[in-house]
Amino acid sequence: MSHRIVSKKQLSEHVFTMEVEAPLVAQARRPGQFVIVGVSDDYGERIPLTIAGADTAKGTIRLIWQRVGKSTSEMADLKIGETLGYVAGPLGKPTHIENFGTVVCIGGGIGNAPLLPIARGMKEAGNTVISILGARTKELVILEDEFAAFSDELIVVTDDGSHGRKALVTEPLAEICGRDPKPALAVAIGPAIMMKFCCETTRKFAVPTQVSLNTIMVDGTGMCGGCRVEVGGQTKFVCVDGPEFDGHEVNFDIMMKRLSAYRNLEQKAHEAYKQHRCRIGLND
Amino acid sequence: MSDDRTLLNELLEKQKAGGLKPSDRYAIPPQPMPAQEASERRSNISEVAQGYTETQARLEAMRCLQCKTAPCMEGCPVRIRIKDFVTAIAEGQYGEALAIIKENSLLPAVCGRVCPQEVQCQEKCTVGKKFKDVDKAVAIGRLERFAADRAGAAPAVPQVAAPTGKKVAIIGSGPGSIVAAADTRRAGHEVTVFEAFHKPGGVMVYGIPEFRLPKAIVQQEIDVLKQMGVEIVCNFVVGRTRTVDQLMKDDGFDAVYVGVGAGLPSFMNIPGEHLIGVYSANEYLTRANLMKAYNFGKGADTPIAVSKRVAVLGGGNVAMDAARTALRLGAEKVYLVYRRSEKEMPARLEEVHHAKEEGVDFRILQNPKRILGNGDGNVAGMECLKYELGEPDSSGRRRPVPIEGSEFTLDVDTVIVAIGNGANPLIGQTTPGLELNKWGNIVVDEKCKTSLEGVYAGGDIVLGAATVILAMGQGRTAAAAINEYLASKA
Repeated sequence: MSHRIVSKKQLSEHVFTMEVEAPLVAQARRPGQFVIVGVSDDYGERIPLTIAGADTAKGTIRLIWQRVGKSTSEMADLKIGETLGYVAGPLGKPTHIENFGTVVCIGGGIGNAPLLPIARGMKEAGNTVISILGARTKELVILEDEFAAFSDELIVVTDDGSHGRKALVTEPLAEICGRDPKPALAVAIGPAIMMKFCCETTRKFAVPTQVSLNTIMVDGTGMCGGCRVEVGGQTKFVCVDGPEFDGHEVNFDIMMKRLSAYRNLEQKAHEAYKQHRCRIGLND
Repeated sequence: MSDDRTLLNELLEKQKAGGLKPSDRYAIPPQPMPAQEASERRSNISEVAQGYTETQARLEAMRCLQCKTAPCMEGCPVRIRIKDFVTAIAEGQYGEALAIIKENSLLPAVCGRVCPQEVQCQEKCTVGKKFKDVDKAVAIGRLERFAADRAGAAPAVPQVAAPTGKKVAIIGSGPGSIVAAADTRRAGHEVTVFEAFHKPGGVMVYGIPEFRLPKAIVQQEIDVLKQMGVEIVCNFVVGRTRTVDQLMKDDGFDAVYVGVGAGLPSFMNIPGEHLIGVYSANEYLTRANLMKAYNFGKGADTPIAVSKRVAVLGGGNVAMDAARTALRLGAEKVYLVYRRSEKEMPARLEEVHHAKEEGVDFRILQNPKRILGNGDGNVAGMECLKYELGEPDSSGRRRPVPIEGSEFTLDVDTVIVAIGNGANPLIGQTTPGLELNKWGNIVVDEKCKTSLEGVYAGGDIVLGAATVILAMGQGRTAAAAINEYLASKA
């Protein structure tokens, strides 16, 4: 099966989106699920990426990713009409969506991508959806218009105040949790540190909070155990038990450390790729 | 002329003159397996055991007494006609030997390499019994490998019967699935193999290392399936991409074989297992084998820990594979930590022997208490306890009992946990009505049929942890039952 890229766009300096042909995944996927993507069929990395959306008629899924290392740079260098080596999925358990009442959805940076189908799903299920989107600076706020289209309330915050409120996401989150009635559920997706502090905020208000974890993974089907996290003192596997967990039970400190396991090796590979890319004149 | 060649000629003369007596056969020295030197092979990934020469194979085959009762066959899970193929090798009829093996085993090049012969066919061998040493039994596995390797790069493609119009889905592409696919295809069914990974072969490509089972051999077997007309679909996760129900109700499959293999790796549940540098053997081996992490930065993009001092926990074949892989990835020191004694190790003797030769430091009757970390969350050591053997436990093996106050620290930066796997939950969770046991393994009857009509299962997802040959045996049993079931449905 060939996975042709039918559209591709750069959303910010390092964030890209593409629609890629994967009809079976498009048909089967539910909000909250992810795929494993390989740029090449052979010895490329298996990259876990959340599915930001799908078009079953076109048989495509939408991926949004950040250029952080060699493999994600290679993906960024692919052009419309070229293909991905493989797309396996959808993986992970779908989000449990029902009419909870009011749901507050908090997205941080690239986390807006997996959050989008979940927030939209919550809206379609009849919830009042309050979206909080945060980023370091204006340029890094992605998918704002799409959230605006269905959110009952949309709050944008940036660290530097270049767009929306100058605040961290936890500030409006605490305000919303303090309302009467308080939201029935919070869904927080973003960098681990952001999810950790969102959970600390909602814990004070006893607002149940779901997080979606993006750990290191190899197979994504429950075989390797590389994605293990500690949830409620127990070892859980993100690929088959998650990716969503009760955020109040997740040990984020362990997770953040494990995420850094290959940072040095990855940096080296990324540098080598950038140099190679320069030599073959791929730089725009 | 070499001594071996001279001996072979003498024996052939004698045979012509009136036959070999048992005493002549006993007098033939057991033929050693040519292997790469330990010092050399620990820094490469090429196959360790290099295979018999023709002369060696014929001499080894002549050691067989041709027992009327063929006890070796009793020891073989798929009941290969062992003495007949061994005779064929002794006579120089290698094609014939291979044909005999293939009547019962589809993957001789694989099984000749990875079967635990010393607890199967060779354990029953009369020659071994005569010498009271299983190592002196006829080397049936090595002969099987010889016959397979001699056949060259192009194994024969089995005949396929006329199309039946029935469709069979095979889930997973490990040894059991390959056999199930071949046998159902031979009966004329349309067969599709669904593999979750991007490369087919299951444990033979992600788990068993290149130095023990070259990937080219597995690829050959996959190519045979393709030539038979089996369709192989990779990156297809049954339970997620499509469920078993969807395959049967919407996609028109009349029968399904579930051979998804091992699942969630077990951990020790001791403090420190979340530290960076703690791997399951599944992860470590998958990174190294399937993703070729030993070539990181030189064509492969998947990283693996750059380790100096490694502890592998466990005593099975997977533990040996992990320990020997760590050496090849450049570790200076590799410990194998096992809480029982060497006698209780489930690994094949040959693997234990090879690991020791390569310098793996066996720490038996020891077990970790906790893994120690440095401030950055990396492994910085492992605190262990010494053990002694007590009374036999439920497995019949003497229970290891910790010696109080015997704590000591191993200086390691990487810990690989190789203590087994649970069942993969994907099929169980997504297939209503499929009966599982309390460990999540699929329950089957003697024909490998599950609680659902048309659904069969075999290998590790049924047996827990098994071997390539046991999985193959179940693949064969299931295929026969599927063929029977589909014939009755016509």
